[in-house]
Amino acid sequence: MSSATLTRNHVPRERTRLLHRFSTRHASWIPVFAAIAILLAMLIAGQLYFGTFVTPRMLSSLLLDNAYLLVLAVGMTFVILTGGIDLSVGSVMAFTGILGARMLAGGVPAAVAMPTMIVCGAAVGLLVGVMVQVFDVQPFIASLAGMFLARGLAFVVSLEAIGVKDPVITWLQSARFAVGGWYLGPEGIAYQPNGWYITPTGIIALLTVAAAFWVLQYTRFGRTVYAIGGNEQSARLMGLPVARTKLLVYVISGSCAGLAGVIFTAYTGAGYSLNGIGTELDTIAAVVIGGTLLSGGSGYVIGSLLGVLVYGLIKVAITFMGADASWTRIIVGALLLLFVVVQRIIVARSGRR
Amino acid sequence: MHSGPVVEVSGATVRFRGETALDGVDFRMFPGEVHSLMGENGAGKSTLIRAITGALRLDAGEILIDGEEVRLASPADAQHRGIGTVYQEIDLLPNLTVAENISLGREARRRGAIDWRGMRARATEVLRELGLEIDPSSILSTHSLAVQQLVAIARAISIDVKVLVLDEPTSSLDLDEVAELFRVIRELKQRGVAILFVSHFLDQVYEICDRITVLRNGRLVGEYLTRELLRIDLVEKMLGRSAGELTSRQTRESADAPHEPYLSARGVTSTPGISDADVDLAEGEVLGVAGLLGSGRTELARALTGVDRLDAGILRITGAPVSFGAPRRAISLGVAYSSENRRTDGIIGELSVLENITLALQAQRGILRRMRKARQRELAASWVEALDIRPADLDRPAGTLSGGNQQKVLLARLLALSPRVLVLDEPTRGIDVGAKVEILNLVGDLAANGMSVMFISAELEEVLRVGHRVAILRDGRIVETAASADLTIDSLLALVARPDVEEA
Repeated sequence: MSSATLTRNHVPRERTRLLHRFSTRHASWIPVFAAIAILLAMLIAGQLYFGTFVTPRMLSSLLLDNAYLLVLAVGMTFVILTGGIDLSVGSVMAFTGILGARMLAGGVPAAVAMPTMIVCGAAVGLLVGVMVQVFDVQPFIASLAGMFLARGLAFVVSLEAIGVKDPVITWLQSARFAVGGWYLGPEGIAYQPNGWYITPTGIIALLTVAAAFWVLQYTRFGRTVYAIGGNEQSARLMGLPVARTKLLVYVISGSCAGLAGVIFTAYTGAGYSLNGIGTELDTIAAVVIGGTLLSGGSGYVIGSLLGVLVYGLIKVAITFMGADASWTRIIVGALLLLFVVVQRIIVARSGRR
Repeated sequence: MHSGPVVEVSGATVRFRGETALDGVDFRMFPGEVHSLMGENGAGKSTLIRAITGALRLDAGEILIDGEEVRLASPADAQHRGIGTVYQEIDLLPNLTVAENISLGREARRRGAIDWRGMRARATEVLRELGLEIDPSSILSTHSLAVQQLVAIARAISIDVKVLVLDEPTSSLDLDEVAELFRVIRELKQRGVAILFVSHFLDQVYEICDRITVLRNGRLVGEYLTRELLRIDLVEKMLGRSAGELTSRQTRESADAPHEPYLSARGVTSTPGISDADVDLAEGEVLGVAGLLGSGRTELARALTGVDRLDAGILRITGAPVSFGAPRRAISLGVAYSSENRRTDGIIGELSVLENITLALQAQRGILRRMRKARQRELAASWVEALDIRPADLDRPAGTLSGGNQQKVLLARLLALSPRVLVLDEPTRGIDVGAKVEILNLVGDLAANGMSVMFISAELEEVLRVGHRVAILRDGRIVETAASADLTIDSLLALVARPDVEEA
């Protein structure tokens, strides 16, 4: 046998070895790659179809417009990873938003109001967590109760929208940090003055993602979250603090909802008790599109970030097309279905081994 | 340094909702020794194991570790005291990496963050001790069950174990894998670890264990050195027997092989569990099935009734080949199965006696042909009377009945279908003596009226008493089918226990 054939044989073997190693180590990242692929496909298709779709302004506003959703999705990811669900986040966001707006309008400084909003969100989360963990209520029902409670509390605070003129909130709303203007346009490198920007709310959202990533990958608490999603009974037999962890994920989700309340108030410049109706479902959709298994135990916050961006991009594309906004829901629904089916296939395949 | 037993349990008693699962059991384990806990279903093995591993608290009795009394409040607590456990179903996390599964809950950390590199290195080290070369970063679910089992052991020994509990570790392993596991066990034994090895494979117990403790019905039968305990004596102690109890049984003349079987099975194989089984069941015949736990007796019943799919083999009813895709099809052909797990696969405790009895018949008729309420009551009442179900209250939730009466309700449900073949899997387990006798008599009556019954029980005396013929199962094969008139308890015991290797 000549050396040429030897090397030719060697290369594929090396490749299958790497492929094997990848599939045994990182199979759970595949849905995340799928989300990246969909995001890229949408950007490319949008660019080809509309001509000027991918611009620094559009991409920057994507983060601005969806910062609240991103924060909600991070909290939701924790809950879904344990195999639970939190339907209360949209209402909690509205409740903390209107509560904050009322406090600020009443002259309470932002330094007090904003932490209060987050603590109130955490309190609702704690309540849901206690129902789930201590009283063994289905997460669906427990968080549904939390949803009604928070919505009701929002109505108690105020039925009218309350505008916010606090300087801190105004700064959160209007500050823009320019990041540059160069970008890859349709005719090569192009420049748009003050094209790329990032807002304080965007920074908060990205920091939340980073913190959540670190917690999930590098703390015992984070790994316990995955363990519970894998098999709660096993996790308990392994001696992991299951009860504490399950309680905490709902508190985290509630806190994120409180933080989203701050961001959404800054985004709209007002608190309103009817905000965020159905947002919990958008959040779940984004998390699932980002590749997190609804049955728990598999998924990444990075995926949820991508899921939120895909979700936001669909909205932008619909606006570009001038089509009816209801198409957003239909397309998100279709994507969701696709992802859930893909996930079922992955789960079925790993179950067969 | 304390010498003597590393674990000493005395007077262990556990009750579940009035039922005594463990009754004053003493048990001890010595360092560097492999100890086996033997007993049939419901003997209290798993209850005792769960008490030792901290998964369950004793209602009475005490546990001493190294001569010191301890209260094991949780599995984590037991782990801290050096008790590592590998449960029957591999209780690991399939979605995480091998390295994490080994060190979860006690991960190496550096500056507050999990040190993945250190964790992998530690895992590699532990796996190498077990002679295992696998990628610690790979996801657990990508490995075979055998490897997962060894990972579970790696987890258990990665703490400084004094005691390693292996609950049925070999049930899903093939021969080579078992040999590999035994090599590991011997190595741990050398290191002075006390090992509790639970398995229903007698060969394996005799190969690896130094000491055997036998439990029956939640009570201690005795503790023996393996080399001093003959296999046949062990089986006798597990199954229990008192020769005096054997009452005369009605034998029938046609005790030899039936001329025309109603149901006939050839080469029935359903992996894992049963292979190449031939069964003939004549009209009006009771076929007893004897075998130890794990011999394939339940698997045989499930294969013959369409619960499990056949991998090979053929079923015939009055000579015509049939295939049962599902129990529903089997029932429509007149073959009904009663599961050994009355509580989980049988009785629906929240529903009334009436509903439990009419359930299967209504399901067979379909939703559109609903039985009238009056007809349902009439039917249920007649069965309650015929089987003497007590209390004779049709509207009482079935879960509140005693075990024996629950079993009768289940039988009524199946009998309402007017089956031709009835397969009963341990119908007498966990019920009182009076109810046992009633059920045995009922089986005899049914057969006298032309029904074919397959009767599975762990109690040889019952099998012998009720069966016209007895099929003996061992390691998933029918090793012999004999007329019960030709068998005695002793000869049956010998067949079940495989005396040809009894010197051990």
